[in-house]
Amino acid sequence: MIPTTAKLGVVPGWAILWLVFLAASGLFVWRATFLVRLLCLGRAENRFDRIPERLKRTLTYVFGQRRMLDEPLVGIPHLFIFYGFVVFVLATTGLLLQGLFPGMHVPTVEQNGFLAPTVDIFAVLVLAALGVSSFRRFVIRPKGLQLTPDATLVNILIATLMVTYVLAEAFRLVGSPTHGTIWAPVGHWLAGSIAGSATLRANALTFYPLFWWTHVLTVLFFLAYLPYSKHLHLLAAPFSVFFSRLEPTGRLAPPASPEQLGAERLEEFTWRQLLSAFACAECGRCERACPSSQVGEPCSPRQLVHNLKEQLLHYGPALLSKVRAAADGGEPTLIGGLISPQELWSCTTCLACTERCPVKNEHLSIMVDLRRRLVERGEVDARLEEALRNLARYGNSFGQSERKRAVWAQGLDFKPKDARKEPVEWLWFLGEYASYHPVLQGITRSLAQVLHAAEVDFGILYADERNSGNDTRRVGEEGLFELLREKNTATLQKATFQNLFSTDPHVYNTLKNEYPGLNHGRHVILHYSELLAQLLENGRLKVEHKLEGTVTYHDPCYLGRYNGVYDAPRAVLRALGARVKEMPHARSNSLCCGGGGGRVWMEEIGGIHSRPSELRVREAAAIKGVKYLVVACPKDYVMFADALKTTGLEERLAVKDLTELVADAVGVAPVA
Amino acid sequence: MNKDVLVVSEHFKGRLNEITLELLGKGRELAQARGGRLGVILLGHGVRAFVAELGAADVVWLADHAQLQEFDPEAYGTIILSKLKELPSALVLLGSTSAGLDLLGSLSARGDFPCVDNCMRLEARDGRIVATSQLYGGKVFAEVALPEETTLVAVVPGSFPSEVGRISGSPEVQLLTPPELVSSRITFRTLIEPPAWDVDITKAAILVAVGRGIQNADNLALAEELAEALGGTVCASRPVIDQGWLPLTRQVGKSGMTVKPKLYLALGISGAPEHIEGMKQSEMIIAVNTDPNAPIFGMAHYGTTEDALELLPLLTEEIRAASLKKAS
Amino acid sequence: MNIAVVVKQVPDLVEGLEIDASGKAIDPGSVRHILSESDDHALEEALLIKERVGGRIEVFSLDMGEVRENLVMALAKGADRAALVNAGLDSIPNNHAAAQVFASLLRNLTFDLILTGVRAIDDLDGSLGGLLAGYLNLPYVGLVRKVEFPATPRTVVVQKEYPGGYAAELEVQLPALLGIQAAEQPPRYVPISRLRQMMKAAIVEELLVPVPRPHPLEIERLFKPEEGIGASMLSGTPEVIARQMADLLVEHRLVR
Repeated sequence: MIPTTAKLGVVPGWAILWLVFLAASGLFVWRATFLVRLLCLGRAENRFDRIPERLKRTLTYVFGQRRMLDEPLVGIPHLFIFYGFVVFVLATTGLLLQGLFPGMHVPTVEQNGFLAPTVDIFAVLVLAALGVSSFRRFVIRPKGLQLTPDATLVNILIATLMVTYVLAEAFRLVGSPTHGTIWAPVGHWLAGSIAGSATLRANALTFYPLFWWTHVLTVLFFLAYLPYSKHLHLLAAPFSVFFSRLEPTGRLAPPASPEQLGAERLEEFTWRQLLSAFACAECGRCERACPSSQVGEPCSPRQLVHNLKEQLLHYGPALLSKVRAAADGGEPTLIGGLISPQELWSCTTCLACTERCPVKNEHLSIMVDLRRRLVERGEVDARLEEALRNLARYGNSFGQSERKRAVWAQGLDFKPKDARKEPVEWLWFLGEYASYHPVLQGITRSLAQVLHAAEVDFGILYADERNSGNDTRRVGEEGLFELLREKNTATLQKATFQNLFSTDPHVYNTLKNEYPGLNHGRHVILHYSELLAQLLENGRLKVEHKLEGTVTYHDPCYLGRYNGVYDAPRAVLRALGARVKEMPHARSNSLCCGGGGGRVWMEEIGGIHSRPSELRVREAAAIKGVKYLVVACPKDYVMFADALKTTGLEERLAVKDLTELVADAVGVAPVA
Repeated sequence: MNKDVLVVSEHFKGRLNEITLELLGKGRELAQARGGRLGVILLGHGVRAFVAELGAADVVWLADHAQLQEFDPEAYGTIILSKLKELPSALVLLGSTSAGLDLLGSLSARGDFPCVDNCMRLEARDGRIVATSQLYGGKVFAEVALPEETTLVAVVPGSFPSEVGRISGSPEVQLLTPPELVSSRITFRTLIEPPAWDVDITKAAILVAVGRGIQNADNLALAEELAEALGGTVCASRPVIDQGWLPLTRQVGKSGMTVKPKLYLALGISGAPEHIEGMKQSEMIIAVNTDPNAPIFGMAHYGTTEDALELLPLLTEEIRAASLKKAS
Repeated sequence: MNIAVVVKQVPDLVEGLEIDASGKAIDPGSVRHILSESDDHALEEALLIKERVGGRIEVFSLDMGEVRENLVMALAKGADRAALVNAGLDSIPNNHAAAQVFASLLRNLTFDLILTGVRAIDDLDGSLGGLLAGYLNLPYVGLVRKVEFPATPRTVVVQKEYPGGYAAELEVQLPALLGIQAAEQPPRYVPISRLRQMMKAAIVEELLVPVPRPHPLEIERLFKPEEGIGASMLSGTPEVIARQMADLLVEHRLVR
């Protein structure tokens, strides 16, 4: 018996259902259309290319739930809820159609021998999953996971749907036993319990429609409510994943045009950036992974996306109807309004947020576009300004003459080849820190000596090497990045070399991903750890004294997360005989030293109690028996050496660059 | 050039500025060496009392009038110019100071007198006066033989000893007749005091000076600790003051205070001439700067290229240990 | 408010300076030029004044070094006109000659304010501002750190730095010339993209003026401070250096 055949008062059930159905779907369509129109405010960007790859991605991340499953406590419940949803869509569609067209014979799930038990079991699984996730959200309360009325309501709605489904099913089975030939385990079990109570049994045919109607009305309410809640991610996430960026993360999107270098007004963002706002499920994984957030800085990727959403929802409508927009003064500025400049400057561009995001949102691109706008307006702090001026004038942020770029080499007993003048096999692009920083020059010399001992044919660019521009670009000074890139490309094109390597992951990243003028087909571009690994493997470097003891290795953001190089440095350490013990945040979960994104050039954010680098050295020091924290990035070295002092851990642990350990092991004496 | 020397004196808040005595000392030496006379121009209001301090001079050219109470470049300039035009060619000495520099260019242009700035050395040589000036942040010195006509020379304070010029006496006083009490397009309104005096660094025997190398305000605490261990005071060069990390009263240099402590410990200070001017008379100068070419090493007694931030806590510890040892 | 800003380039001290074979001049080959720091502040102050009370800014410089780039930068920052002044000189003149050049240029133009940096690192014969004011018969105040516009028309109130942290507030009748020590905020940043766009589009005029009278101040010789005279340098690990310093201070009875 189909509940909508009965009259509710004077009106037939199905008529009421039709009314509610039309109202709910109408509301849903109206709101969904409105949201799509808001997205269309954003500027165009071609994300419709390489469809097969995009489909594959969607399969992996949406249906495979890949990102979610790397945190099993959350991932498994979410998997159940996800597939529970899929399965329930089928079930509910059947119910609805049956209710709307009671006269027709509509195939429903309860009639299907396979689907009926499946839906049943999923109802329980979903409830269990909700139990776990609610416990997590309301009791454990991880940072970034919001306790909003919206979240609470959604949890209640889902729970209601599950409960009403099984109850309706059970009461139906009790009231009309002839429909019980299809086995639905939960329904049958519940029916059995209900049958035990005489009252309930007697009123089964009242309770069944009651729960049926509750279920269906809840679904329709949910349908209408969906586009207003964060649960919108249900609909938006598959699209955000499908349309996610296929370019390597180490390659920033160039600005829209020379006139529009950044973005701040809604129409200056791309539609995909705006889609981030709707796809975001506000899970907080990005915020929990963010090193700046962890030390109490105002930076939060989740908040950034959330504020963009707020701006879009509040002021987008006015933009859609242009006439009104002109009258009320228009869109208020985003920066200085919902988003503070401080928030933007505290980002280290470590990519932990993007790495963790299950819906593949692009926090970094939004942040960089906003920084580009700040730079366009000249709103940079005094220290950053000085660094930029020095970069423009001298090609390095230290303000030292470019003629002094190779002064580090003066302590060597040989003169490195000048790659500008003679052909070399390996062109060594050092990076400014390795070249100019007084603490690091000794390590640079060691590497030169190690390579010399291994008879590697390498050369350097002497005074013609300029800052590669990686961090300049991430700071938002796109024009300066282009200037540096032009100069470096011109120098590199004139030089004759086979392959290229760098001491600095930041340099490595941008040369590899953002220098189209380099003939990538012809040259192999490596990080020095990869080169060292090769040399150790093919015997050109021989270990004379094995490295005793336990070490731990810090994955630099621009080497690991950005470019996937995790194994080479570890291979080097193992070849040296060291025992490598991983920190809890290892490989793609590595905890940034806090120096990227131009942060080494900026004022320290006052009032914070610790720095990301301090968190990291504490993590390293907590590993029993570890004596060295090994790094493969010059900035890491400086940041961690500093952090060991400020945390008072200098006696406990030492920072060592990979080079130093290799030099010791192969018997190359350090040159002071 | 005529053998006479003329000094343009400066005073502030009722006291003669030390530069005036320095110039008098040097001026007297040059005048005597060449057989000429030393004159001093003294402008102001109620300044007759200074005459007794100007004993180094042979003659004081005085204009004492209410209009001249406060330094006014136009009024002062007009009076001095008319005097210079009257006199036979002379060597005119001024301080390379806030007041002196306002006068220097104007007098030179209007009177068509050559002028030299940033002078640190003056000597009579082969019948001519040779001035040596420091340029390019103190990296290069220029020697100029002064021409025969009246020439103005602006001297960097602290270049000559002031005791030599500190002679009491009764020089001849000649009144300058200010032409129709000078019309001036500049009017003095008020004197702005520096913020409330927390500490008078000019009275400190030991100064721990911080410069840009200190990097941020948080590191000031390290300097304070060292100062405390030594019983001294923290002061700073201009960039630190401009950042607001310390009040104006702690600034050492041309626009700040001139100090002469027993010990001046310069941390992360490169040694721009404007700063050096304020501390070069310190008895012992120790400089810490990671740049081996920093000009401050040229005039410090001891130095190191170690990083000041690294060195500070270590030094504080050593000093405390030494104090303890001394006490026991 | 019509403002003229006079700027120049000076050797960049980041590079070493070498004295040429004659011993009387800096070797031009060793020199890279940079805008004089207080001239940069003078421009910034002019821009701040324009933002506050409106007006027009014209920037002038002798044609030397790479000053054209600085003039384009000035236009990018908001100046209205920029011009290179050519006085037919084949080397960089001293400030007297330069002041005469600018005096002949500016004498017939009507500016309310002329701003320039109060000093530059190569000012041997006095700084440009005072000399120029003298030639133009304008009131001059140097070491200015703040400029305000009172109700009285045709006047400006400036703060002039004195030693010891003091400053004088002076009222000056316009037209006047001010030697700027520091602008009220640090010189603003111009993003490279805007600068490069300006480089393509901007017009920097070239003006010809008569050759100035030569001036009788001649350099006998230039020399660098003697090497070897200076600090006794301490070396070793930081701990060793700290110990040595402490010992020194104890020796000199500076530790209480």
